[in-house]
Amino acid sequence: MPTASDIASEAALAFRARIEHLSGQTVSSCYQCGKCTAGCPVASEMDTDPARVMRLVQLGARERVLRDEAIWLCASCETCVSRCPQACRLPRVMDALRAVAEQDGYARDNRGAALLNRLFLAQIRAFGRVHEMSLVAGFNLASRRPLRDVTKGPSMMRKGKLHLLPQRSANLPAVRRIFERVQELEGSET
Amino acid sequence: MSVAFYPGCSLHGTGNDYAQSAHAVCQRLGLDLTELEGWTCCGSTPAHNTSALLSVALSAQNLRLASDQQRDSLVVACAACFNRLRSARHEMAHDEVLRGRVEHVLEAPAPLDVRVDHLLELLLDTYGLDALAARVRRPLTGLKVACYYGCLLVRPPEVMAFDDAEHPTSMDRVLAACGAETVDWPGKTECCGANLSLSRSDIVVSLVDRLLDQAKRAGADVVAVACPLCQANLDVRQTDVTAQTGHRYDLPAVYFTQLVGLALGAGADELGLDKSFVDSRPTLAGWLS
Repeated sequence: MPTASDIASEAALAFRARIEHLSGQTVSSCYQCGKCTAGCPVASEMDTDPARVMRLVQLGARERVLRDEAIWLCASCETCVSRCPQACRLPRVMDALRAVAEQDGYARDNRGAALLNRLFLAQIRAFGRVHEMSLVAGFNLASRRPLRDVTKGPSMMRKGKLHLLPQRSANLPAVRRIFERVQELEGSET
Repeated sequence: MSVAFYPGCSLHGTGNDYAQSAHAVCQRLGLDLTELEGWTCCGSTPAHNTSALLSVALSAQNLRLASDQQRDSLVVACAACFNRLRSARHEMAHDEVLRGRVEHVLEAPAPLDVRVDHLLELLLDTYGLDALAARVRRPLTGLKVACYYGCLLVRPPEVMAFDDAEHPTSMDRVLAACGAETVDWPGKTECCGANLSLSRSDIVVSLVDRLLDQAKRAGADVVAVACPLCQANLDVRQTDVTAQTGHRYDLPAVYFTQLVGLALGAGADELGLDKSFVDSRPTLAGWLS
C-alpha cells in the first residue's frame, strides 16, 4: 500500500484529479460503506473489490490500480450506481481507469476485455457495424485460445445466426470521421 | 408519431430471431417498424470503456440520422443499444460541455428532438395493454414465464427512467396481457455477465447458473428476455453450465417478442423459435398447433 508521503505526493493528487475529471465523479466523496461491493455480481472474482478500487483512486495509487485486473472485470451492470449513498457512478470511474490504462500502456498485454474492446472498435471503424463472427474469431486468435467455443460457431451458422461477410453501413465515412475528430480533440487536451 | 427501428449489430446476427419476432409482432399489430436507414453501431460497452465522448458521439450519430429522416422516435429492441442511445440523449441534454464537444465531433447540432423508446414501451404506452389483449388469438394460458430484465433496461434509474429499477413489471404486464402466468422470482435484474462471455466465460457461467436455478425454483417453464446478449448467455451457455457445475436445466430462454408473437398467432418459423440452443418448441408445443 502507498505510504503517507506517497498519498500527499503531486503525482498521487494529479492521478486522482485526472480520474475525477475523466469520470465526472467525485471519487473523494466515497466513505467506504461497501454497498457497491455487496451488490457487485463479479466482486468475488476480483482481487481488489470495487470499494477498494475507489480507495486506491482516493490514495492516488496509480500503478497499483492501473495494473489491477478488477478494472477489466467490471461488467458495467450499474447495480452499484443504483445503491450508492453518495450517488457516485462507479462504472464511470472504472471506464476512466480503463481509458487511462489503455492510453498509458498498462493494457498492452491484456488478453481479456481490453483486447476485446480494441477489436470491437476496430470493427466499427472498418464497417460502421460489428461483424460478430470475425470479432469472435479474431479475439480467440489474438488471445491465443483459438479453440474457445469452437463447437458453438457451426451450430450458430446452421441456425443462420452468423454471416460470413460483414455488413458495411452506408454511413461508414461519418463513423470514421467521428473517430478521427474524437482522437483529434482528446489528443489536443492531453 | 413517426418511428424508426434501430436494430443494432446483434439483431442482424446472433440475435436475428429477436428481430424476426419483433417484426412479426409489430406487423400483426399494425405498428411501423421500418429500419433506420444507414444506422451505425451504438459503440456498446467497448466505446464507453474507451472514451465517454466517443461513446456518446457514436450513439448521437444515429439520433442525428433519425432526425434527418424526420423521425420522432427511435425504437430499440436490444437492451444494450437502448441503454447507450438513451444515455447519450440524456447526457447531451444534461451536460452542456459534453453537448458542445459532441456537436464539435459531429459537426452538427445535438439531435435532441428524437426520443429513444424500448419496444416494451412501444407496446405498453403507445399501443396499450388492452389493445394488445384484444389481438390475442392463442392465449398463453398455463405457461409460466420468468421475465428477465437484466441490467441495461433499468439501470442507472435516473438515466433510463424505465419502470422500477429494482422490481420492474413491464414485461410481466405485456406477457400477462397475452395470457401467460409470470412468476415472482429474485433474478429479474441480476447481471448475466454480459460481454464477459468472451473474455471470462467462467464468470458468466456461474452467474447464469444462479439465474437458471432461481427461475427453475420459481416454477418457470421459460425465461423471457429483452436483450440478445442476455439471451445468448442464458441459452448458449447452458451446456457450459452443465460442464462447469454439473447442473442441468434445459430451460429455454426466449425473447419476449417470441411469446407475444405466439399469442398473436404467428408460427414457430416466423418467430425464429428454431434458432435457440435449448429448443423451446417442446415446451411451447401446446400453443404452437
